[in-house]
Parts: sequence; C-alpha cells; structure tokens
Amino acid sequence: MASEKRGFVDALVASNGAMSVLVVVLGFLVGTILVFSVGRDPANMYRAIIQVVSGWDLIRGTWNARYIGEWLVASVPLTLCGLSMAFAARAGLFNIGAEGQYIVGLTVAQFAAFVLPPIPVLHWGAAVVLGLLAAAAWGGIVGYLKARYSVSEVVATIMMNYIALYASRYATSFIPGTNTYKTPSYPVTAQLSNSWLESITNGSRLNYGFFMALAAVLLFWFVMEKTKLGFAMRATGFNKDAARCSGINVERSLTLSMAISGAFAGLAGVIVALGSFSYGRVLAGLDNYGFNGIAVALVGNSTALGTLLAGLLFGMLQSAQPLMQSRQIPKEVTYIISGLVVVFISLRAGIGLVIEARAKAAVRKGAMRNE
Amino acid sequence: MNNLLGLVPSILMMASPILICALGGMVSERAGVVNIGLEGLMGFGAFAAATVNVLIEAVMPGAAIWVSLLAATVIGALVSLIHAFACISLNADQTVSGTGINLLANGLTVFFCQIIFHHERTNSFRQGMQPGLGGIYPTAYIAVTLLAIVWYILYRRPTGLRLRACGENPQAAASAGIDVKRLRYWAVFSSGGFGGLAGGCLVLTQTIEYKENMINGAGFIALAAVSFGRWKPKGVTGAACLFGAAVALAIYVVNIPALKALPAEFFNVLPYVITLITLVLFSGKDYAPSAAGQPYEKGSS
Repeated sequence: MASEKRGFVDALVASNGAMSVLVVVLGFLVGTILVFSVGRDPANMYRAIIQVVSGWDLIRGTWNARYIGEWLVASVPLTLCGLSMAFAARAGLFNIGAEGQYIVGLTVAQFAAFVLPPIPVLHWGAAVVLGLLAAAAWGGIVGYLKARYSVSEVVATIMMNYIALYASRYATSFIPGTNTYKTPSYPVTAQLSNSWLESITNGSRLNYGFFMALAAVLLFWFVMEKTKLGFAMRATGFNKDAARCSGINVERSLTLSMAISGAFAGLAGVIVALGSFSYGRVLAGLDNYGFNGIAVALVGNSTALGTLLAGLLFGMLQSAQPLMQSRQIPKEVTYIISGLVVVFISLRAGIGLVIEARAKAAVRKGAMRNE
Repeated sequence: MNNLLGLVPSILMMASPILICALGGMVSERAGVVNIGLEGLMGFGAFAAATVNVLIEAVMPGAAIWVSLLAATVIGALVSLIHAFACISLNADQTVSGTGINLLANGLTVFFCQIIFHHERTNSFRQGMQPGLGGIYPTAYIAVTLLAIVWYILYRRPTGLRLRACGENPQAAASAGIDVKRLRYWAVFSSGGFGGLAGGCLVLTQTIEYKENMINGAGFIALAAVSFGRWKPKGVTGAACLFGAAVALAIYVVNIPALKALPAEFFNVLPYVITLITLVLFSGKDYAPSAAGQPYEKGSS
C-alpha cells in the first residue's frame, strides 16, 4: 500500500508534464470554488469554455465554427509570447519584457502598414519582417546589457516595457489622421486576413498569423534541439561558467537569446496589429499578452510543444471571456486562473524540499534497521 | 517658475505613494527578497481602500479614510504572505512568485468589483482624502513618517542590522544566531503592508474609484526607485521625488508654457530611462544587497 502510494507521487514529481496538468487542474478548481462561493453557477463557465473550443452552444443547441476560429486567434499571440519567455528561459534568462517587445513589433507593423507601398503580399510581408527585426533589437539590447554590464534582465525588461509603451504612443501620433486612440484604417494589402481561413471558420478573424505561429513553434523546436546555437544557449542556461570553459561565447548566447526571444514576442505584436485590427491603435495601456506569456511558458515547461498546448489553453480562457461575462460569470475569473497557475508553479519548488525530507527519513529508517 | 512652484502639491501627491511603496521594496530587498509583486500589491491595496471607503463613508464620515487606508495595508500585508511562503519557506523563484501576484491582482480585484458593485470598477466615492495646508495631502506626511521609521529601524536598531545581514550574507547571519527565515518573513510582510498602503494612498488622492489598470506601472516605478536610489533611504527618497515629479509633469505639462514643446510621453518615460541608464553606469559597483533574489537554504554550504 505504502509503496504503491510512493510510486504514484514519485511518478508525478518526476514528470514535468504531469505537474503542469496538476497545476492547471488546481487553478481551475480554485477558480470554480471562487465562482461558486460568490453565488454564480460554475457550469456557465464551463459551458462558455466548451462553446469556445467546439463551437457548440449547449444552451441553444446551435453550432458555429466562428468560436473555434476566435479561440485560435486568441491563442496565437499567447503562444508566441510564451515562446518568447521560454526561449530566454532556456538560456537562463527571465524575460519579463515580452510585453515591451510585443509593443515594438506592433508599433513598427502599424507604421509599415501606412508607409510602405501597397503591393499585395509584399506589403504585409515586409511589415512582418520589419516588426520582427525591431522587436529583436529591443530584446537584444537587454541581452547585451546583461552580457556586457551584468544588468539584471528582470529590472531592465520591466523598464523597457514602459519605455516601449510610451514611445509607441508618441510615435503613433505622427501617423496622419490619428486621433487620441486610433489611426485611420490600413490599406487592404497590409492586412493579414486570409479568405480561406475566414470562410472555414464562418467569418472569424483567423488569419495568416496562425500559420506563422505554427512555423514559429517548429522553428523554436528546431533551433533549440537541433542546432549548435540552441545547444550553446541551453549550456549557458545550465551553467554559465561551465559553458564558458568549454569554449562557448556566453555573451553572444545571452544577447542572441534575448534578441530571438524578442522576435517571437514582436511577431505576436505584428499579428495582433495587422490580423485582429483593421486600424492602428494608440495604446492606452498594456495588452497583457506578454505577462500572460509568462504563465504560458511556465505551464509549457519552456518546450515547444508544451508552450503550444499551454497557449491553446490560455487562448481558450481568453476567448471565453465575453461568453462568460454574458452569463453572469465575471470574466476576470480567467485572469485569476492564470495568476493561480503561476503561483502554484512557484510553490512547486517546495516539492524539492519534500523529496529531500523523504530521503532523509529513508536514511534514518535504514540506519535504524541496521542497528 | 510660479507655475512650477504651484506644482509642488501635485508632485508630492504623486511621489508619496511611490515613496511608500519603494520603502517597502527596499526593506524587502535589503533582507534578500526581491518583490516584483509590488505593482499587484498596490492594486490590492487600492481596491481595498476604494471599496471600504465607498461602503462606510456615509456611516462614519471623517474616520472612513483612515479605516480604508488600514484595510489597504492589511490586505497588502496578507497577500504578500503568499510571496513570502513561496520564496522563503519553499525557496521558489522570486520573480515567478511575484509575477503570479501581479496576475492575481489584475483578476481578483476586478472580479470582486463585479461581485460587489456589479460593474468592472468600484462605485466612485463621494469624498477622497482632503488636502491640508498649502494643498498638501496627508499622504505626504504619512510617507515622511514611514521614511523616518524605516531609517531608524534599519540603521539604528539591532533588528535593522540583522535584517541587512540577511540580505548580504544569510549564511553568516545564521551562524551569528539570527533566524534568517523569520526576519525575511517580517521584511516581506511589511513590504506588502507598505505596498497596500501605497495603493490606498494613490486611489484616495488621485482618483475617485478603483478600476482595471489604475496602478498603471506605479509599483514598477517604485521598484525602479529602489534600484535608482541604490537601496538606501536617502537615495530612494530622492528617486521617489524625482519620479513623482516626472509623473506629475506628464499630466500638467500642457499648462506650462516653458515646457509645452515636450510631449507628455517624455515625462512618462523619464523614470524608466533614468533607471536603466543608472543601472548600466553603476553596473561595476556592488550597491545591491548581494543575496537579494537568492533563496536561503539552511545548512547549505
């Protein structure tokens, strides 16, 4: 009996994936209890989630593929910001700056939409590339400061987030015809919309960005696991000094990993700017994709597949918000679940202490037996 | 120039919450625990203060403000216990746990607004804090009092010496008989109280209700003030005043002919740019507490 129990706990502790599932389940559980305890019906929360994922409206018994499309639309930037966080994490960096890199990508894309000549495909293609490069530079600065001056990347990225926000507001005001909160509409050639994706999802905003996100997931996996560059980054993350001794250029790894990390977040910004909106925005505040990306990467254990799955999970929560709100469930319960998940993941560190205590107990038991 | 002098009360109004919050952050970091969650703790405090004030201002006019601030402090301190438990008892990553608190603050505060007030913000209160002599809000006096207390405890009491030792070299502190974990708990607990109080001060002086994104980086500015002020009360105070002035100027710059040419965003961005530059300039020197951010494991050698 006792050995069986230990087997189960050990298996759970050993597998990162199982722990992530457990943490998410716990988050949902507490969220559900919270909704229930304030006198709302948690079933409505789950009905909204099912409708978003499957398109089925359980109350009216109707089906609409648009919900599935919107679920994927919400998942794309979350997955990409998760990849951003995850890429830096593998090199041992904590990139709180996805938010700022996202804003830089978004702002440059908005500019490109108005400045570049309206040639089909090339127009948005160039906007994507410019947004990516700008965001990579924005992230790379922090990596360079970390490598060259050992400035804490946590503090530096927080500062860069707000610098990006206000710089974006200022820069966007120069686009002709911009009022206090939005620019005029983009030329059609700048938009990422894809009529085939729209038609199979009954007119959702699903766009080329979806394919770009899938490509990004593959690229993440390939670079991290199959290239010399990825190996250098992981080695830097495991042990900086050991990496340096074995001939890896640690400074270069740090700078590059933050730059690539920034590019992922920047892509998210470009896709939201040109895919989900038909006009540019003068940002009033943070969109919070970057911060939620931290939760995504933590749940996904900083792997490519894990981050994709976690991105879909958090995208599901986000796109279910309007439905929840219309059914008397405060939509903020989804933020609470994300927050709880992150808190639980930080508590996971305690498991190491439990293992240690258990090992000590086992040694003590063994010693007693020997006497 | 007259215009700038007229701004002093506004600058103090903006600087007070930043200073109070930064003092909390400083205490926590001097004890070795970085508190990224200050932004969220301010949110919890602001929500608590606004809610309590709305609910009791009719029943107990006069005292309502002070009860609200007390509620903000208590909430902030309680929530920070999550951070303390994760970082100190479980040796968790301090950045992860702080981020969790920030995310939770976004969700929980507006969630309860929806439950209590049935919309996505608190009802607006009829009367916030009233400015005293010269248009200066009492929050400025609260901030100065707390500054004096923190300075006295950190530099003139044995507890303060021990607390600083925990942030510089916890192993050495422990070998001198100091209970590192207990002191760190107290430090994080008080930083939570300071953060909550700062949020309460902000909402009662600068607006008339709590709503989403209302803190809008004030907690992060406080965090920046701790770094820019090099973890010392004097420096942190100067930083908080400078950043408070920047925040105030961002709002009032349109009324000042001499500065009208500069966009509001210039002042918005100032605290962050200054902090980033100083971090680079002082990078070679060890101003930060050496053990800040690292978990303390008993008996690890």
